[in-house]
Amino acid sequence: MEFLQDPFPWYIAGPLIAINLFLLFYMGERFGLSRSFRTACSIAGAGKKFPFFNYEWKKEIWLMIYLLGSAIGGFIAFQFLNAGAPVIVSAKTTIALQQLNITPNQSFEPQEIFSYVHLFTPKNFILLLSGGILIGFGTRWAGGCTSGHAISGLSDLQLSSLIAVIGFFTGGLIMTHLFIPLIFK
Amino acid sequence: MRRNSIFLLLGVFFGIVLTKAQVISWFRIYEMFRFESFHMYGIIGSAVLLGIIIVQLIKRKKLKTIDGDIIQISPKANTYKASIFGGTIFGLGWALVGACPGPIYILLGAGYAALIIVWIGALLGTFLYGVIKEKLPH
Repeated sequence: MEFLQDPFPWYIAGPLIAINLFLLFYMGERFGLSRSFRTACSIAGAGKKFPFFNYEWKKEIWLMIYLLGSAIGGFIAFQFLNAGAPVIVSAKTTIALQQLNITPNQSFEPQEIFSYVHLFTPKNFILLLSGGILIGFGTRWAGGCTSGHAISGLSDLQLSSLIAVIGFFTGGLIMTHLFIPLIFK
Repeated sequence: MRRNSIFLLLGVFFGIVLTKAQVISWFRIYEMFRFESFHMYGIIGSAVLLGIIIVQLIKRKKLKTIDGDIIQISPKANTYKASIFGGTIFGLGWALVGACPGPIYILLGAGYAALIIVWIGALLGTFLYGVIKEKLPH
């Protein structure tokens, strides 16, 4: 069980995600996690005024249970499997992060963005909230996220998923190379 | 009840895998979009490659679900404008907070309370989409 204490290499993680994809198909469902936001809006009652949220969300309860499990998985990995150890990035990324005043190779997540101390500074609060809005709006418009389009959709050779993944990278590259330097410097 | 327990366990498995592979770390996403590590590409690439084989097997062998029905994989809607516009907007958010939808939940479980703000934002964004959907190109 020693290997469970080290980070999983890509050739372990990738195939395990594919097994997860298969097991969800086997259970008669489909891997796609951004739908949970729509489900949550519907549970909160958004379907009374807006038809988009008026659908059979009870059929997606399995997804909320699955995501509760995912959160428990994150807890287990951090508490018992040494997953919270610092993430060591490449030498080039280390230099780039230092230029942004983000401390690299000391923690799992950047303290400058995710620690409690910075949580309610106006800049960071806006960063986290607007990031969330972009994720929620974008995934629903595109009809899927990394799991629904990049993993399930590409596995099923769907053209709209390939286009969506090209979009994911277009947005990601613009944010990383254009906006992040402006936000953090 | 049994069905829900299976989904819970599958979720635990998924959460552990993504956490242990550091896929849920902002650092790995930043590194990926700078093309300075193979890690994320290896994960997504090998998952999709195996996924293609799995989907072909499901379709050709007419594999069945746990309930005995033939597995149906309905195609994604051919909404190319929505894919590119929505996809780009999602990409902006993904790179900014370093988490896609699954990792938002996993990070909350790992103890990063900051993700509750991201989650509330995601609900607001989804709600906004639901309200103005008819006005957007698809």
